[in-house]
Amino acid sequence: MEIGLTHYLVLGAVLFGLGLFAMISRRNAILVLMGIELILNAANINLVAFSRYNGLGVDGQVVSIFVIILAVAEAAIALGIVLNLYNNFATVDIDEANTMKD
Amino acid sequence: MPYTTILFYALALIIVVSAVMVVFNKNVVHSAFSLFFTLFAISGIYVLLKADFIALTQIMVYVGGILILLIFGVMMTTKVTNVELKTKNLNTIPSLVFSIGIVTVIIFIIFSTKWNIRMGLDSEETVTQIGIMLLSKYLLPFEIASIVLLVALIGSAMFARRIKD
Repeated sequence: MEIGLTHYLVLGAVLFGLGLFAMISRRNAILVLMGIELILNAANINLVAFSRYNGLGVDGQVVSIFVIILAVAEAAIALGIVLNLYNNFATVDIDEANTMKD
Repeated sequence: MPYTTILFYALALIIVVSAVMVVFNKNVVHSAFSLFFTLFAISGIYVLLKADFIALTQIMVYVGGILILLIFGVMMTTKVTNVELKTKNLNTIPSLVFSIGIVTVIIFIIFSTKWNIRMGLDSEETVTQIGIMLLSKYLLPFEIASIVLLVALIGSAMFARRIKD
């Protein structure tokens, strides 16, 4: 059976679901970040697959480059926040960090 | 069976299995190293989709940058020699049901939509086209992305700084 567009879309959907589960259920802030990375990768797979199967050129690939750029910025900022959280609360458990002022 | 089919299923298997290990592993460091395999196999998927530039960018940026950053984060915020490394899950059953529900809806939509598939030209190299696109049609987002990166650089340096009392 030839691999078509739907195969890639289903792969992206499964990856999105796993990332969503990680974002909702894990308590470690870094694992939540990993869930976000999985979701962004799922979106990128969809973009590149659409770019391949619509015959309109490389627009989807250019948009996926922007997604990668934003993922880098997000990871840097979020890790700065997580390090700050660790300095203030001595934990990265996002349930423990429930005060705005110590 | 053409070899691309075998390759796709092998890569998809690696992606899904290691993503499941990322999500369900109790040890944070193991999750980070499973994410390594996921990102590498996704780069292989891009090669199958004939997006060579995106595949290389994926390896350089995700595997070489973001993953190293995440492992730094794990190392700096957990006591590696301690039992602290293990984390618990929260509301596993409701979030599992929610995620599976959303994925089911998405897959139902994928299979019930009639996609308008047209194959483009295969032989052209994508790097040239992407460069032309970035400097013509997508020039404004490209410039804004550079500003976003600068702001993220300054902001994360400010966040991560230790404030002296």
